[in-house]
Amino acid sequence: MSLLTFKGGIHPPDKKELAKDCAITHQSPPKKVTIPIVQHIGAPCKLTVVVGQAVKKGEVIASPEGFVSAPVHSSVSGKVVAISEAPLPTGRAVSAVVIENDMTEQWTTLRDNPDFMQLSPDELKAKVKDAGIVGMGGAAFPTHVKLSPPKEKPIDVAIINGAECEPYLTADYRLMIERPEDIVQGLQAIMKILGVKRGFIGIENNKPEAVKKMQDAIKGIPDIDVVALEVKYPQGAEKMLIKACVNREVPPRGLPMDVGVVVQNIGTAIAIYEAVRYGKPLIDRVVTVTGEGIKEPKNMFVKVGTIVSELIEQCGGFKGTPAKVISGGPMMGFALTSLDVPVTKGTSGIVVLPEKEVMHVDNFGPCIRCGRCIEACPMGLMPFMLSIYSEKGFYEEAKAYNLFDCFECGSCTYVCPSKRPIVQFVRLAKSLTKP
Amino acid sequence: MQMVQSQQKLLVTVSPHIKSEETTARIMWSVSLALLPATLMGIYFFGPLAAINVALSIVSAVVFEYLYQRALKKPIAVNDGSAFLTGLLLGLNLPPTVPFYIPIIGSFVAVVITKQLFGGLGYNVFNPALIGRAFLLISFPKLMTIWKEPTSAFVQIDAKTTATPLGILKEEGLNKLIEVFGDTVNLYTQLLVGHRAGSIGETSAIAILIGAAFLLYRGYISWHIPVSFLGSAALLAWVFGGKGALFTGDPIVHLLSGGMLLGAFFMATDYVTCPAVKTGQLVFGAGCGILTMLIRLKGGYPEGVMFAILIMNCFTPLIDRGFKTRVFGQVKVVKR
Repeated sequence: MSLLTFKGGIHPPDKKELAKDCAITHQSPPKKVTIPIVQHIGAPCKLTVVVGQAVKKGEVIASPEGFVSAPVHSSVSGKVVAISEAPLPTGRAVSAVVIENDMTEQWTTLRDNPDFMQLSPDELKAKVKDAGIVGMGGAAFPTHVKLSPPKEKPIDVAIINGAECEPYLTADYRLMIERPEDIVQGLQAIMKILGVKRGFIGIENNKPEAVKKMQDAIKGIPDIDVVALEVKYPQGAEKMLIKACVNREVPPRGLPMDVGVVVQNIGTAIAIYEAVRYGKPLIDRVVTVTGEGIKEPKNMFVKVGTIVSELIEQCGGFKGTPAKVISGGPMMGFALTSLDVPVTKGTSGIVVLPEKEVMHVDNFGPCIRCGRCIEACPMGLMPFMLSIYSEKGFYEEAKAYNLFDCFECGSCTYVCPSKRPIVQFVRLAKSLTKP
Repeated sequence: MQMVQSQQKLLVTVSPHIKSEETTARIMWSVSLALLPATLMGIYFFGPLAAINVALSIVSAVVFEYLYQRALKKPIAVNDGSAFLTGLLLGLNLPPTVPFYIPIIGSFVAVVITKQLFGGLGYNVFNPALIGRAFLLISFPKLMTIWKEPTSAFVQIDAKTTATPLGILKEEGLNKLIEVFGDTVNLYTQLLVGHRAGSIGETSAIAILIGAAFLLYRGYISWHIPVSFLGSAALLAWVFGGKGALFTGDPIVHLLSGGMLLGAFFMATDYVTCPAVKTGQLVFGAGCGILTMLIRLKGGYPEGVMFAILIMNCFTPLIDRGFKTRVFGQVKVVKR
């Protein structure tokens, strides 16, 4: 079978060998957690707890104030000791609830409902919404919104994104190895909510074991296919994944729903499964702590609100002096300014790079028009023109070169021989002009 | 437990946090390396004078670049290899026995006027080495058309001069050219090996092709420009190249002689001065091939590669405008 893919893309060293064989372990419970009340794209939440209040694991601590929003729950049982500010991985400071863990792990309500597939689509969707689930691949868009396409956009395909194309990260891979059935049940719930008959699980072909496990898990389910995808970054970008799995192209500036597709991440599928079956809110997730600068790379099951430095300690600490700590993957993740950053629902990994893995670019050169960025761009853009126009302040001209179709995957910047910060130029132009 | 503290100085930059090993300097030095076989063959056939001229061309190009950047207090970027490559290409495009001031003047025009005054690396409109050579050809028409007879005897200073294969072809026709080389097979063989008069770097087709294969293999150039350049030139040479009747020309002689191969693989493919998008490159290459043959067959010069590429350089911005990439998800609007 020939491998499915898209045009463009790059082949960075995947570095997944560091953590790919580390089975998911539980973190040792944190003494306290710092839970930001804004962890998603969309409307902010309103606090529903006060300092001194006792909370149980899974209790709502901030509730949404709009449709495009998601509630936030406590990830421990204990006492609210402070309402303060905490930085998100992006560096932005937001309100956060600090809860002291009483180590009793007492849940609010968890009820096993093995017959969850008998629930109506709306009941299932309500459970997803109440569980505060957001896209766990990094973008953190509220999942119930994605599962509520407007009537004029009929959906006929649901895709689970098992590409995990960012180098280093192995969280989704471990979930596919260890919990394939849960992923499939999550996908079935998604399909029921959307009323679609076709489901796909797309996996990059450098994870043959995951492909095999998932294929075993879908045996006897005719509506779902596992597709092996070519290993290429950014294979896991929604538009590229849709192109590879069902050969449909999302129109420029459009959404997957425009071509009848909804994409969900592996972790999100499991969160959905746990929400519809047990009523479990999204309070923990798998985080890959890895990189050449970490003593013992691990895939850890981590409570939302755990501070990054604690995770690093539990992985044996730094190996040598860390040069850069990234939240997320090295292609689209954020470099942390401090290790006091809490894990959020969208934190897929913590990658620690030592000095020798970091490329210092003090001076970038002029564009020599070599065309490598054109070949690399999965969106078929001409990134060098965007960077030149933006560098000279011609933001309107950059728009004529489809500035706003760039989703900042970083492929152009990865290949640029002049080490030009093309993505940064694109962001600059985007911020100084209107679509 | 205090081992991991956030007091460490962390590097914070924007994504992506990893980058490929490829650098502009590595590209420039690789292209220079790819020219090594052609350079060695040129020196082998034309002797120490050729070597000195190539060396002078390189050294003066690098020195002019350095002086210019120093004088204008710009960052010194001679290590990126681009001035070296320009000097090397200029040297390879010179007749072997020009006086030593010729490569120095050429390098000045190439590096200072054609490249730096237009904004430096990445901003020049024309291929610097070719403008350098064009300037020399127009200013010193006599010196620039004295062609030393090739010899494999290395220490032979009192050079005999002769006509280039293209010169013979233009003035006396294909039959005379074959006669000079004995027979057709020998003609082709000598063109391939390099035993013929011409510019230093264009003698040996095999040496050029070895370098070109290296560039193609490493992905430093793509096939688009060379194939459309050589393809269109071969087609025109075959159709219109014969004396009298159509379809009697000899495309092989045209492809192997003069600066055709050097131009198609090493000059027309210059990133800065050729179109960026592959479809545009096909048009650019075809334009180069057509203009080359127009000049060779109908023009005043026996050779047209240099002017063809320079003329097409003018069209690069226009071609870039007309041939853009197809944006993902974009559908062609069908006009009714």
